[in-house]
Amino acid sequence: MADIEQRRPTPEHLLQQVEEEENRASRGRLKIFLGYASGVGKSFRMFDEGRRRRSRGGDVVVAATQPTEPDEVQKLLCDLEVIPSRVVDGVPAIDVEQVLRRHPQVCLIDGLAYRNPPGSNHAERWQDVEDLLAAGISVVTSINLQYVKERQAQVETIRGKVVQDSVPEEFIRAADEIELVDAPPEYCTPGSAGADAATLSLQQHQLSQLREIALVLAADVVDHQLEAYLKRQGIEQVYGAQERILVCLTPPSNASLMIRRGRRQADLFYGDLYAVYVQQNGLNAADQLTIDQNLAAARAANAHVEILTGEDPIGCILQFAHGHGITQIFIGHTQQGGGWLSRWKVNPVERLIMESDGIDVRIFPTEAAVQ
Amino acid sequence: MSAAPSKRPRGRLTIFLGYAAGVGKTYKMLEESQRLKLQGHDVVVGYFESHGRQDTIAKIDGLELIPRRRITYRGLELEEMDIPAILARNPELCAVDEFPHTNVPGTERRKRWEDVMVLLDAGISVLTTMNIQHLESLNDQVREISKVQVRETIPDWVVKQADEVILADLPPRALLNRLQRGVIYGHEKAQQALENFFKESTLSALREMALRQVAHEVDVRQAEAAGDSYPALRDSVSEAVADAEPSERILIHITESPATAALIRRGRRVADYLKAECFAVCVLPPSASDDLSKTVRASIQRHLEFARGLRIETRILEGDDPAETLLDFTRRNGVTQIFLSKPPKAAAPVLGRRNFVMDVVRLAKDRQVTVVADRRRVSAT
Repeated sequence: MADIEQRRPTPEHLLQQVEEEENRASRGRLKIFLGYASGVGKSFRMFDEGRRRRSRGGDVVVAATQPTEPDEVQKLLCDLEVIPSRVVDGVPAIDVEQVLRRHPQVCLIDGLAYRNPPGSNHAERWQDVEDLLAAGISVVTSINLQYVKERQAQVETIRGKVVQDSVPEEFIRAADEIELVDAPPEYCTPGSAGADAATLSLQQHQLSQLREIALVLAADVVDHQLEAYLKRQGIEQVYGAQERILVCLTPPSNASLMIRRGRRQADLFYGDLYAVYVQQNGLNAADQLTIDQNLAAARAANAHVEILTGEDPIGCILQFAHGHGITQIFIGHTQQGGGWLSRWKVNPVERLIMESDGIDVRIFPTEAAVQ
Repeated sequence: MSAAPSKRPRGRLTIFLGYAAGVGKTYKMLEESQRLKLQGHDVVVGYFESHGRQDTIAKIDGLELIPRRRITYRGLELEEMDIPAILARNPELCAVDEFPHTNVPGTERRKRWEDVMVLLDAGISVLTTMNIQHLESLNDQVREISKVQVRETIPDWVVKQADEVILADLPPRALLNRLQRGVIYGHEKAQQALENFFKESTLSALREMALRQVAHEVDVRQAEAAGDSYPALRDSVSEAVADAEPSERILIHITESPATAALIRRGRRVADYLKAECFAVCVLPPSASDDLSKTVRASIQRHLEFARGLRIETRILEGDDPAETLLDFTRRNGVTQIFLSKPPKAAAPVLGRRNFVMDVVRLAKDRQVTVVADRRRVSAT
């Protein structure tokens, strides 16, 4: 796109980059296999990757397995070195000391979301993983959607089940790689051959909902990583991989309709919603009230809201849009000869249309026109 | 027609969707074929492209492969999937690699996806593979991201017919490693690929698109299933929203401009996501046959056909004032949103077009107008 811009990095930026690179180089790499429910085949994919890395000469050990692993996983485990878990009061935990002493290149951990038994160094297994990474050991691990802390409330309303253990989403987002293990919902309902149609259909429905959440979570993580990658490369690049909608708030516009439609479209496209208002002086009390209400409505709709200042409102909006990778701008219809923008000779909406390279512009009718 | 014995129900279609060569689509499809065979289903492989990848070749072991059909075209010996042989064999399930493939001229149908429709109609379930960049409505975004123009596309309505869309995921880093080791292509071709399409940022962006697309496919199917059997299960929030928002009707304005194809794709995609009805309309001067040049008429005709290919209803209107004619149509037909191409920036010769877009914007005081950016032009820089 035209928005690709190679920025000349500042010395501070370069120093920070060097430090980050050094950290990254000495730290182990974290790879996470994410599944939407048990049965999709995460463990198999993970251990199969371990097998492949080993066959290419990698030094791979297994530090945790699930209490029951399917036959095909058992077969893979036969060819891998396993450091047995410590078991305290029937609760398994990674033997971190042993792993650190053995110091492999890669450590496989099936099941990231475990609470450690009392007396362990850390309360949770993901904190142990943190230690391994810091020691320069790469970790490949697996997790089910239901254990991602920030998604648990959502998952629980769907499944009606509560799980105790959890991993913060931030930890998953910080992974070097995430791989989504997708499979048809039938994979996750073994032994349901005898179940009646209604039960099966309900299960399928629940699993589909979980699947959708997991896919969007993975997409968000990928987006986040892409942004970080581009930043590291010093590239300010705007990609159209995600829809980003910008609602322009002006006093005469039908803001509530624009915000509602923007929210709906952002949700349907799994995108982001932004709203901006370009500060104006000398608004009358009624207009000021409208603006305040609109800003509140945008915040309530979970939009990223920003108030911009500048002499040239359309210029401000365009600059914001290009800087934030906006794909669609929503703006109210401007009546010729009236309204706040009329002092510019060119109709501002027309100017927005002409100058918003690579961005769609959606013009909304004013409230009066709809009624 | 012969009196067919009780007709088999239509086969199920499962698509394995990836974002690049080498992410493991074919592998996953064969893995699923093996699983289904193990469950006692009658599975054959109708078409399979190993690209010499050992892991994939190993996965076909034990599956029945229907030999390809030889086709001679201009003295060349070529191979295609043998549809008559598959129909005669009449399996329960058939694995067909490379869904977007274009057949050799001289075969019954132009596209492999059309062959797959024949199998489905015959009651044979199909497992197939494709990449996100082959989805018609994403064509422009894909070009914007990858700088690659994908020619073999699949209309969105074909993908909508799939009973299941499964993602074949692999992080770009792992894919790049595979490419460097020569797993995906030979070394020379791999070097080329690494410098072009297979850049980490490009791959990440395509992967993100694939993840969101599969999420959307899951969402659509789940809403349909819930609507059928579990109305009570519908998420109360989304239902409330659906009640509050009247369904949209989208009109796409067809012209001879080369930007029209992108406009149609964008309009179709938005209509699909909003579950909106979609029309494509062009406005010609009265008794246009005399005034319009041959090339203009041919372009408009091509765009109308393209829209119909994407299952969009098309209309040709006549009127002296194109903007008024268009708006009159939208009011009479309850159109809620008009999709137009952004006018080009150039000066004199296109002044007329610019005025048309601005006229519609100015006149459409009571409906929404979306002016779609020309992403094609931008990507050229």
